[in-house]
Amino acid sequence: MNPYGGFPLLSIIVFLPLVGALVILFLNQKRVEQIRVVALVTSLVVFVLSVPLFFNFDSSTHQLQWVEKKPWIPHYGISYFVGIDGISLLLVLLTTFTTVLAILSSWKAITERVKEYMIFMLLLETGMLGVFVALDLFLFYIFWEAMLIPMYFLIGIWGGPRKIYATIKFFLYTMAGSVLMLVGILWLYHIGGGTTFNLFELLKVPLTSHQQLWLFLGFFLAFAIKIPMFPFHTWLPDAHVEAPTAGSVILAGILLKMGAYGFLRFCLPLFPDASIEFMPIISVLAIVGIIYGALVSMVQPDLKRLVAFSSVSHLGFCVLGIFAFNMLGIEGSILQMVNHGLSTGALFLLVGMIYERRHSRMIADYGGLSKVLPLFATFFGIVTLSSIGLPGLNGFVGEFLILVGSFLFRPIYAILAATGVVLAAVYMLWMFQRVMFGQLDKPENRVLKDLSSREIAVMVPIIALIFFIGVFPRPFLRRMDASVQHLILQVEAKKNKEPLYVERMKERIKEFFHQEETSTD
Amino acid sequence: MPIPLPTINLLDISPEITLGIFGLVILLLDLLFRRERKGYLALLSLVGLGGAFYASLRLWGSSHYSLSQSIVVDNLSLFFNGIFLLGTALVILMSMSYIRREGIDLGEYYSLLLFSTLGMLIISSGNDLIILFLGLELVSIPLYILSGFARTNLKSNEAALKYLLLGVFATAFLLYGIALIYGSTGTIKLPLIAKMLADASISNNPLLFFGMGLLIIGFGFKVALVPFHMWTPDVYEGAPTSVTAFMSVGVKAAGFVALLRVLLTALDKLQFSWVSILAVLAILTMTVGNLIALVQTNIKRMLAYSSIAHAGYLLVGLVAGNRLGVSSILFYLVAYALMNLGAFGVVILVGRKGDQSLHLNDYAGLGYRYPLMGAAMSLFLFSLAGIPPTAGFVAKFYIFSAAVKEGFIKLAIIGVLNSALSLFYYLRVMVIMYMREPEKKEVAPIHFSPGLVIALLIAVLGVLYLGVLPSRIVELATDAISTFISG
Repeated sequence: MNPYGGFPLLSIIVFLPLVGALVILFLNQKRVEQIRVVALVTSLVVFVLSVPLFFNFDSSTHQLQWVEKKPWIPHYGISYFVGIDGISLLLVLLTTFTTVLAILSSWKAITERVKEYMIFMLLLETGMLGVFVALDLFLFYIFWEAMLIPMYFLIGIWGGPRKIYATIKFFLYTMAGSVLMLVGILWLYHIGGGTTFNLFELLKVPLTSHQQLWLFLGFFLAFAIKIPMFPFHTWLPDAHVEAPTAGSVILAGILLKMGAYGFLRFCLPLFPDASIEFMPIISVLAIVGIIYGALVSMVQPDLKRLVAFSSVSHLGFCVLGIFAFNMLGIEGSILQMVNHGLSTGALFLLVGMIYERRHSRMIADYGGLSKVLPLFATFFGIVTLSSIGLPGLNGFVGEFLILVGSFLFRPIYAILAATGVVLAAVYMLWMFQRVMFGQLDKPENRVLKDLSSREIAVMVPIIALIFFIGVFPRPFLRRMDASVQHLILQVEAKKNKEPLYVERMKERIKEFFHQEETSTD
Repeated sequence: MPIPLPTINLLDISPEITLGIFGLVILLLDLLFRRERKGYLALLSLVGLGGAFYASLRLWGSSHYSLSQSIVVDNLSLFFNGIFLLGTALVILMSMSYIRREGIDLGEYYSLLLFSTLGMLIISSGNDLIILFLGLELVSIPLYILSGFARTNLKSNEAALKYLLLGVFATAFLLYGIALIYGSTGTIKLPLIAKMLADASISNNPLLFFGMGLLIIGFGFKVALVPFHMWTPDVYEGAPTSVTAFMSVGVKAAGFVALLRVLLTALDKLQFSWVSILAVLAILTMTVGNLIALVQTNIKRMLAYSSIAHAGYLLVGLVAGNRLGVSSILFYLVAYALMNLGAFGVVILVGRKGDQSLHLNDYAGLGYRYPLMGAAMSLFLFSLAGIPPTAGFVAKFYIFSAAVKEGFIKLAIIGVLNSALSLFYYLRVMVIMYMREPEKKEVAPIHFSPGLVIALLIAVLGVLYLGVLPSRIVELATDAISTFISG
């Protein structure tokens, strides 16, 4: 189960950023350069340590790997239990990768209170990694909530003009969802006899369809708000727009994925019947999100808001894929999470770069930028195409798999969702055209400098991955196969033989009317 | 005929005796010390608290009645002794510089605090209604004086008067309740009441229910349950801040141990009737407390309403009434003592002579000028809001876990939604500390006195320790109720 014997690689990866944050705590806040270097080195080391997870990953099994398990609060059956499988592997790597870029991108953008900023960045990384590796529900919830604290400060202190509104909205929204999940977790724990929070023990607990229904709703709300699914998305544009660039990158790149990850890790295997039962509603909401997000993106005058709403649309695809309940859909969905992290993260980075130069995010303030910023325009172009889903780039693979997956399941869903792809081309290309082409008529834009070597260093790895996944996605998909297959089998096997709750309700209504009829006879 | 004398084992009440002696000694020594030297009295009272703590520790593990069954020495009472003594010790550490700053550094202050704590110790081991009543009075009377201790401050006077009047009112309810229960069962000993209730003719007596209701009202006043909370904000605001901190933690814990003893030992048979009353009170207390706290601009009033809301969460554990529920109340009170005292400690720290700096806007930009203090305050506030990895989260987790276990899922949902609601006003303090620029007003720098810093350090470490490694205290809390409830 653990290729390195008892070596706690995962724990080191998760808690190394915390150690880095503690080191920064003791540095002099005047020595800004030193602080930045410590933060960058920490995140780089974490990334380097996480690479072996990928290459030494045994893709032939769905078993958890790099498992560590120690009793934590034995009295209540709580343990420190971490491990990864094919579902979480890519998300862990995405997190370590994105954090490096986020720290690098804030080199020049953050000049005030650098010390606190870097501390919060590293704390955030620990929180996010913890969410993806935790397999004990209590531990998971701790990371899930604790992660909000650094994000709250990142938006609230280094954010834009409406930062306070945005950050409180973000915190309250996510908190309101997750406390209900807490009750769900507790209920599940007590149904299971009150002896363990271990996810794999709780999977064995038989649940009635009534219990599944309510538990599912509790978990669903927390995840749906985090993703965010339509109609729970209203915190997202505010948080995205007001957050500093690196905050937006992490929000879009990683935080949003936690909801979708939650569906895969908890909702589907724990409550298969309820998941199937709610599938139509969730799929419809996902499709509404896809189309609505795209339509709203189209009319945004603000670049960052446009990218933010495009996230609503893209995440709709992920949810649609998950609830197609087949290999193609789910694998496409996981890959699409990574893709979205890369392309939307890159878009936010690029918007941040142009904002640092020009201090405006309004599309109307630009035009003809490709003439003065050729390199910037090239990167922007590639990322735009990746976000649209052009074949040959990463976005295509994910969206294609999702659409095929959902077509196999319900063709109408795939057809409706595909309009989202078309709309994406409309808003992204139109935006690109208005910013990059046309007359260079604003005098302020003539003097802009092209990307610095640091900024190129941030973009190149992303662009490389965009091409790599687009051309050769197999190494990524192969590592998911066993786990996703196991997940589907689990859902199938655990599915209740008795009729679903909704079906029973229908029956009961029918019976009721039947009785009415007979009584009037 | 020889009069049978009860066997008296003084060792059983050694914590109480220790504290009482130290209280009296301090009162006497006060005459000898000059005004500048009163700090020694604080140290002496800390020694007294330590002695009482040691005495309680020695008794750990015992479980028996003493003094003709009027008191019970069990782990539950000793655990509560620990909470009271720890809380008072922190309060004394925080008071030393504060009362000097406010010009109320009189020796009586410490001895009154010790006497009030003595009352709490008596309550925690009370096994009969009269002892509980005496303990409660011994807690309250020094507090009537203490809340008016800032004699020249009009608000302090108002607080004392209000607290006295409403406190007396509550006492009357309590006494009447005791009288009715005595009248219907013929005994004031808690275990005997339980025994009498096995008889249906007694347990169906409407007077008994009336008495129980009055008892709940009386204790409800003391722990500030809605709708008996009206005195809380005014008294908390007017009283010297250190006294407020003491009241918000000590009196609340004392009220809860009394409720535990009366409801779970004596009136356990009537659970069916008091559970629904308490559930309604819990919902009201949480919701009203949090809603009104949302609009407060004075930090002491805000913390007052927040403490009301916390009484509501604690009540949820009592409603659950199972082993998990009671042990979660114990854990919650430890966590609450640390985080709430910590928050009040920061409030004391921020105030200056003649200017208490109680308006929320006085906190603008403090997070940057005093980064460590800001971080500590944030930690306490996150803990009060129940965000992991802090003590407050684990505490809420246990409370709601107990409620869910007994099937009170709706109550748990209302509880967690309330804690999401409470987040708003806790966050607001942090918003002001970190995200607003301070007004251009010349303010004297904050004076960090050693006592306060030690108290805050203990609170910070405690909150983190309980949040990350709660297992020790959880086990202790479970041990504490091992003889209190079975099954």
